Amino acid sequence: MAPRNALARKSNEQHMIEIDLEKEGVRGVNSRLHTLPKDTNERHWLIRNPMGQHAIACGLDAPITVEVGGHAGFYCGGMNKQAEILIHGHAGPGVAENMMSGIVRVDGNASQSAGATGNGGLLVIKGDAASRCGISMKGIDIVVGGSVGHMSAFMAQRGHLVVCGDAGEALGDSIYEARLYVRGKVDSLGADCIEKKMTDHHLAKLARLLDKAEIKANPKDFRRFGSARKLYNFNIDHADAY
Amino acid sequence: MDPNTPRTTPRKSATFDDYTLSEIRRAATTGIYDIRGAGAKRKLPHFDDLLFLGASISRYPLEGYREKCGTNVVLGTRFAKKPIELKIPITIAGMSFGSLSAQAKEALGNGATIAGTSTTTGDGGMTPEERGHSKTLVYQYLPSRYGMNPDDLRRADAIEVVVGQGAKPGGGGMLLGQKISDRVAQMRCLPKGIDQRSACRHPDWTGPDDLEIKLHELREITNWEKPIYIKVGGARPYYDTALAVKSGADVVVVDGMQGGTAATQEVFIEHVGQPTLACIRPAVQALQDLGMHRKVQLIVSGGIRNGADVAKALALGADAVSIGTAALVALGDNDPHLEEEYQKLGTTAGAYDDWHEGRDPAGITTQNPELAKRLDPKIAGRRLANYLKVMTLEAQTIARACGKNHVHNLEPEDLVALTVEAAAMAQVPLAGTSWIPGKGGY
Repeated sequence: MAPRNALARKSNEQHMIEIDLEKEGVRGVNSRLHTLPKDTNERHWLIRNPMGQHAIACGLDAPITVEVGGHAGFYCGGMNKQAEILIHGHAGPGVAENMMSGIVRVDGNASQSAGATGNGGLLVIKGDAASRCGISMKGIDIVVGGSVGHMSAFMAQRGHLVVCGDAGEALGDSIYEARLYVRGKVDSLGADCIEKKMTDHHLAKLARLLDKAEIKANPKDFRRFGSARKLYNFNIDHADAY
Repeated sequence: MDPNTPRTTPRKSATFDDYTLSEIRRAATTGIYDIRGAGAKRKLPHFDDLLFLGASISRYPLEGYREKCGTNVVLGTRFAKKPIELKIPITIAGMSFGSLSAQAKEALGNGATIAGTSTTTGDGGMTPEERGHSKTLVYQYLPSRYGMNPDDLRRADAIEVVVGQGAKPGGGGMLLGQKISDRVAQMRCLPKGIDQRSACRHPDWTGPDDLEIKLHELREITNWEKPIYIKVGGARPYYDTALAVKSGADVVVVDGMQGGTAATQEVFIEHVGQPTLACIRPAVQALQDLGMHRKVQLIVSGGIRNGADVAKALALGADAVSIGTAALVALGDNDPHLEEEYQKLGTTAGAYDDWHEGRDPAGITTQNPELAKRLDPKIAGRRLANYLKVMTLEAQTIARACGKNHVHNLEPEDLVALTVEAAAMAQVPLAGTSWIPGKGGY
């Protein structure tokens, strides 16, 4: 996590525009970020005093960088498009939920449902993520430096979830076509989720994801999980799997 | 036995009736529960159990066709910068592209727009056709988030957060693989041909405190412009309405068990939830107790069929109603002219409910391009508009007869009930008495 004085120095060096959330409120901050013209030169922002407020920098749709100088509450970076959002603290539930594109990086830990239903882009959580990380993900890539809680990647449809630590119970329950990579132990796999062979193709993809996430880890230390595809069409003889 | 001995007439069991026996045989043969579309088919206390009193010496009627009787409704006056105003208090309920053909969705948009009301997306996202043909479009925000994206959210005129629906309160959904065409699969980010499950809970919030924060996020993303509805199934209408208001809803939608679904288990449809009639007064009571009646608007759905149903729902305190099944019938669903084709499917016109199978001869609940093109969106849309206008005229007729210059001025005092059950649920007197079951210590 970057200390406040470090952020200030960076601010001066890169001509960041600073907004004080305590003064402007969430509405004021988001309103400024939402109304930027497409060709804006104001491409680097720092939100000071986020105070764990909810819905900070949600709904952005511009190729800008927004740094959040502290902890964020629910849904920070929700439905993000294009923007790079750096959270210099912990993030509450639903960080980067339904993200379409861009990058959201969390220096600390993330609460439950991180990256939920995300369609695209990259979510990086340097610390741990709580339960339901990547729930119903639809194409987002999520890289977690630490561990993830139970029911992560539940009904995950598309995209990648990389876990450098451990995964809690029922990983990938009712998973569709998303790919899961875990370096540590997995408490248990959910319905229809199985371990799969790690091919060179998968190792290369995983290496690219780790590189993009700026997390150092050896892809060969990971195992891959995905769908057995046995629950794709209802069969009464599989009813005990539900 | 002596052939001259009198015999008793063979008697079938009331408990094990023909339908029950056929269902046992079907289950034993297939090993799977029965899945179907539509809402509860069993006989339930409903609006037919209520009557309007009309004017008399103590009430002064308005002249039909001459004296004005308003029907407009404004939805979303609590927080939204841009509330929506509809010409009529009858909206089109959420039905997904996927469960319905693109032609059917276009027809719903056409009909609603001609009639001056809104239509609603469903569990599958917003199609360009639907947006293009709907002047006022409500965008559903569902647990599956299929097709959800911020651009469509901003393109919508209102947002409906779906917590539940009357056909299956507490249940998710399942769109079977046979209806997953290339386009449906693409919109939902899933492979073609596989069953698509819709979760029963939202993935990123739990409970009313979280929901309040979720609504805040949606408002932030849409610049606080859009009215936000919360839709609940008819389970615990008093508490669900109160909690929806607490969460910040602009509009609450309460859907009773006659409300339709694209597909779910028969046992769920018929045995979970409450009749629409039983849901309205508790929902209104919750709004009144919070001082929010008419400030947070109430939309009631589930089995609305005609202008009398509309008038009765409004008289009980709703601001508007919503129709789904009836709208499909207006488009051409279950039409007798298709009887021969329904027979081939093992059913009959008026009973066809295998909407999940995608073989609808009317071209409505299908993704089969050959079947879908049978439905002309303009003609079907015109039929829907006609039907909506008739319902509105009927509601106006009743309102004028009760002396009201706006349909919203109808009130419980205009009603009596034909049965004790309906009197208790609607909290109006049993006809010919002043008795309201549960009131005054009785």
